[in-house]
Amino acid sequence: MATADTAGTHAPKAGEYIQHHLQHLQKDFSFESVKQTSIVDFSLFNLDSVFYSVILGVLGCFFLWRAARKATSGVPGRFQAAVELLSEMVENQAKGVVRNAKSRKLVSPLALTVFVWIFLMNAMDMLPVDALPSLWHSAGPAMGFADYMRVVPTADLSTTLGLSLSVLLVCLFYNIKIKGAGGWAHELVAAPFGDHVVLYPINFLMQMIEFTAKTVSHGMRLFGNMFAGELVFMLIALMGGTWAWQFNPISGMFWLGIGHVVAGTVWSIFHILVITLQAFIFMMLTLIYVGQAHDSH
Amino acid sequence: MENVLGFVALACGLIVGLGAIGASIGIALMGGKFLEASARQPELMNELQTKMFILAGLIDAAFLIGVAIALLFAFANPFVLA
Repeated sequence: MATADTAGTHAPKAGEYIQHHLQHLQKDFSFESVKQTSIVDFSLFNLDSVFYSVILGVLGCFFLWRAARKATSGVPGRFQAAVELLSEMVENQAKGVVRNAKSRKLVSPLALTVFVWIFLMNAMDMLPVDALPSLWHSAGPAMGFADYMRVVPTADLSTTLGLSLSVLLVCLFYNIKIKGAGGWAHELVAAPFGDHVVLYPINFLMQMIEFTAKTVSHGMRLFGNMFAGELVFMLIALMGGTWAWQFNPISGMFWLGIGHVVAGTVWSIFHILVITLQAFIFMMLTLIYVGQAHDSH
Repeated sequence: MENVLGFVALACGLIVGLGAIGASIGIALMGGKFLEASARQPELMNELQTKMFILAGLIDAAFLIGVAIALLFAFANPFVLA
């Protein structure tokens, strides 16, 4: 920290840098700039997450749509082959988990959308961590916005819990559709321990715990991975920043520049695996949860 | 104040360290079993590999959530505000 202090009045300290980068561009519903103070606050939304997730969703849909429109039954181009591979992979995974062919007509495209969308949102981590925020630093305040910007929508708990809540809604829909409202209500009180009046409250409690735990862990898993990844990228960026402030071959800080490049390379390569894996896991769990909604006890 | 900072630093170390131990043991057990299983039945390798990756992600997740929380405590400590 001492190095940053001596670098001049404008250089932020490490903690300030991280805190500034962890602040969302927040607006309340009359579009006034606000700052969240409590952990849960429903009176505001994160404009940056909404913006980037919508842009990426539209982009992903557009490319898939274009691949579908231009698809030929002859020799496929490279892009068409990639999209075919992807949708076949998703379809195969769906076949293994969701047995009902009629539900698969909705669930497989849903899973494909979830995979592509989450992968694109996660892939925002691959951009240099300061690139878009520093652009915003010169553009945002000029347009009257606050100087905050986070570019990875899945590193925002609101986004990931929103996704997992939508999956929960799909599960509830299929529970009612497949089993009927009465059948599902009976399952809620009769599973997992057995159909007996004494066991009804315990069964119901267990079912509620199961739904809550599923949904929360579903969202938290994606958020935790992306948030940790983003923070590590910020720390690596700080190494380079400290090196640049302290450009002096004699001081020990000189080696931070090399550490910055090495750590950045290693973490980026590892993170390619993480973003793909987390998107895949989110998709698989979506399929598994919907598949569970089809099983009757 | 200094006490709180010190305890939070210790807690961050414990969160990351213990989480890493758990995740490593989990990955090691699962990876070993995967190698054993695919040596016994190589034709199941592809199928098992997909499942292994899913489970690796699940095992990693708890650890990475811990790392995220520890890093958050290290840089935006909620306990010193009080």
